[in-house]
Amino acid sequence: MLEAIDLSLVNWSRAQFALTAMYHWMFVPLTLGLTVIIAIMESLYVKTGNPEWKKITKFWMTLFGINFAIGVATGIILEFEFGTNWSNYSWFVGDIFGAPLAIEGILAFFLESTFIAVMFFGWNKVSKKVHLLSTWLTAIGANLSALWILVANAWMQKPVGMVFNPETARNEMVNFWDVLFSPMAVHKFLHTTSSGFVLAAIFVIGISAWFILKKREIVFARKSIAVAAIFGFLSSVYVIGTGDSSARDIAREQPMKFAAFEGLYNGSEGAGLIAFGFMSSSETDPNNENLKDFNMKIEIPNVLSYMAFMDWDAFVPGINDLIEGNPKYGIMPAWEKIERGKQAIAKLKAFKDARKAGNEAAAEKLKTEFMSPNFQNNYFKYFGYGYIEDENMLIPSVPLSFYSFHIMVILGMYFMFFFMYAFLYTIKTKLRQKRWFLHLAIWTIPLAYIASQAGWIVAEVGRQPWVIQDLMPTVAAVTKISASAVQVTFWLFAAIFTMLLIAEIKIMVRQIKIGPKMDGGTH
Amino acid sequence: MFENLSHLALQQYWWVIVSLLAALFVFLTFVQGGQTLIYTIAKNETERTMLVNTLGRKWEFTFTTLVTFGGAFFASFPLFYSTSFGGAYWVWLAILIFFVIQAVSYEYRKKPANFLGTKTFEIFLVLNGAFGTILVGTAVGTFFNGAMFSLNDMNNVIWETPWRGLEAVLTFHNVALGLSVFFLARILGALYFMNSVDSEPVLERSQKQVLFNTIPFLGFFLYFLIRLMLKDGYAYDPATGEVFMEKFKYFNNLLAMPLVAIILVIGVLGVLLGIGRTVFQKVTCGIWPAGAGTVLTVLALFLIAGFNGTSFYPSNADLQSSLTIVKASSSHFTLTAMSYVSLFVPFVLAYIWWVWRAMNKKKIDEKEMEEESHVY
Repeated sequence: MLEAIDLSLVNWSRAQFALTAMYHWMFVPLTLGLTVIIAIMESLYVKTGNPEWKKITKFWMTLFGINFAIGVATGIILEFEFGTNWSNYSWFVGDIFGAPLAIEGILAFFLESTFIAVMFFGWNKVSKKVHLLSTWLTAIGANLSALWILVANAWMQKPVGMVFNPETARNEMVNFWDVLFSPMAVHKFLHTTSSGFVLAAIFVIGISAWFILKKREIVFARKSIAVAAIFGFLSSVYVIGTGDSSARDIAREQPMKFAAFEGLYNGSEGAGLIAFGFMSSSETDPNNENLKDFNMKIEIPNVLSYMAFMDWDAFVPGINDLIEGNPKYGIMPAWEKIERGKQAIAKLKAFKDARKAGNEAAAEKLKTEFMSPNFQNNYFKYFGYGYIEDENMLIPSVPLSFYSFHIMVILGMYFMFFFMYAFLYTIKTKLRQKRWFLHLAIWTIPLAYIASQAGWIVAEVGRQPWVIQDLMPTVAAVTKISASAVQVTFWLFAAIFTMLLIAEIKIMVRQIKIGPKMDGGTH
Repeated sequence: MFENLSHLALQQYWWVIVSLLAALFVFLTFVQGGQTLIYTIAKNETERTMLVNTLGRKWEFTFTTLVTFGGAFFASFPLFYSTSFGGAYWVWLAILIFFVIQAVSYEYRKKPANFLGTKTFEIFLVLNGAFGTILVGTAVGTFFNGAMFSLNDMNNVIWETPWRGLEAVLTFHNVALGLSVFFLARILGALYFMNSVDSEPVLERSQKQVLFNTIPFLGFFLYFLIRLMLKDGYAYDPATGEVFMEKFKYFNNLLAMPLVAIILVIGVLGVLLGIGRTVFQKVTCGIWPAGAGTVLTVLALFLIAGFNGTSFYPSNADLQSSLTIVKASSSHFTLTAMSYVSLFVPFVLAYIWWVWRAMNKKKIDEKEMEEESHVY
């Protein structure tokens, strides 16, 4: 099966998925957060009856609509790319992975797409309260859709609630609640959606700051900043908290990813956290150009151990421990996992051959062996390692993981203080005097997007080579198609997405320059 | 409740749900059909804006139904998802691209600084309307005529031609279904305009378009249906799973499932009733019998594709690789869990119906286009 698949196909397929996902994620976080902010603003309008709040709501709603359309466009490609580019994966885990996608459509997308029409066009067609309800249902629908796709993603990082069926050669779900409520899924959902709230709050503050700098729409801008600053501050605290929980999940379930984004080559007890660092162009291991040495780093002793295991002296394994093994801490070397994975694959193939040849007795015996707890826990557990030809394939890009993680964390901390100042200056009515802060607010918008993208790079690059942690590497998941076909679609998508992005930005900027308009609706 | 159903009963239940989603999608392609008529029916910018806006308040239903159809197919019959999407690569990606360009076109069409110009986004809508429907219909045609794939022991797909699904256009029966969907979508689009736009010229031109598109629709659809009834079909033995060719398979399916035959007849009559009353009596509610008829017709076609021991996605490269609802389905547990989720579907349909009525109780007119703050 695997012999005919070349690495360029895998890399182009990964590139295409990454391209689609990154474009999609440029628009989704703003949708997730802005829709909640709009719902809060409209609630204030309904409660106070102040038409200024309606004007504010409608302005942000216009920007929301521009952003939402392109998010939808890129989202449909993502869903179908699981099938078009990762068809082996789609079968191997479709029994589990498909369910969240279907639920997403039935429970979330319809809610969002139905009530968004009322939100935009229903001002004069339904009552004030029904309109407000529709806006909230749109916000809930958007965030519910995020729940299901993140449940699916979390399952890939930590597969739970399933058992492998050798007859069908796939994993099958045995516990839906384990899939839905796995700590990885819960933390991922909370962390990701709240990061979208942060981005949207920064977006609102940044654009409102521009209005103040231009001495336009001062009341509108101040009110918008007040809502966004409170919402953003609460969300940023939450992002940091859920990020901490996610980090512990990763340390426990994906130690290689954890070691990569911390730049930890050799594990230790009481491991220190690199708060800040720069990697050099030289390597710690001449055989692996991925393992860059540090030119400079600021390390805080013991903090990494505490962050990973809530114990200042706990042992945190490094990349070398995970590759070479560390008997003292019960870490199996990679070569042994690879060997066990190969045995699991060989037994599955022997079972399939026996079944095909009509040798039922042999097939049943092999199946019993395959499904025995001993084989499942000691061999099948490493099934995906059987596809790995070189131990170094097990190490994700360390520089990319390290820098992405640290950029995300540093910016996350900065955002919290940014919101604090935004709120402080708003309540003290000092925003107009603090021109430096207004300029900073505008420049914080791209930083929010950088942090958001960096978060997904940590999550997805950091878990390479796995599509499903320990069970299926990308090389086994890819659709068997010519690499040149994927190259064609990659460049096609790149051109279309870029064209649409340019259109989106130009339209968005023009709408911002036009500014809010007082509305003459019936309510 | 669902736990006690057999695996086969759950597979059949989910085939009905997937078929219903497909049927609703075809009805909702009135949006696509309407998009292809924006230059034909509208004679000036104001009329075109009315047409685009009345469609623009519904396009997300079509889009969401397509996405949900994909998700439901993935969850319930993952082997189809991995085989068809992974195999017929070019066909599915072409379909997706034509839907991507639709998603932004409504919102961006009239916005200042829209970079590509209003005309470009209108052309995107026309392209989506034409190619989206024709390609989807042609792809579904392979449910009856087969595709060029085989599966290995691990159920991984191998596509046997370098055309990766594009070869489906070489079978005219597939294309006839694609063109049937296209012309039906145009009929439904024109019927929808008559029902939702308050403009006498639009009403008259839409009525003409219903008639003009009915002629090719009937030609292609009757060819598709008659050929389907006469052709050999892909049957399988429920006991062994062995796939074999059976003469008049789809006609036999109608005889074996009289309820499905009745659904098909009522569906076709519903479409004709909607068209007939519109053309001869100039009613504006023809969308409803024609829409309901469309749903029933497509539902019946999907049921004869998958039920009564029929392979719903046959392989012409390796007959035994053909997909049946038994072979392609998810496990009993997953189908059970998903079945509980399906209980929400009536609730979803109810709120869609409520919103539809609330938003369409007053027809779109020029005055609304001048006053509305959010115009496509």
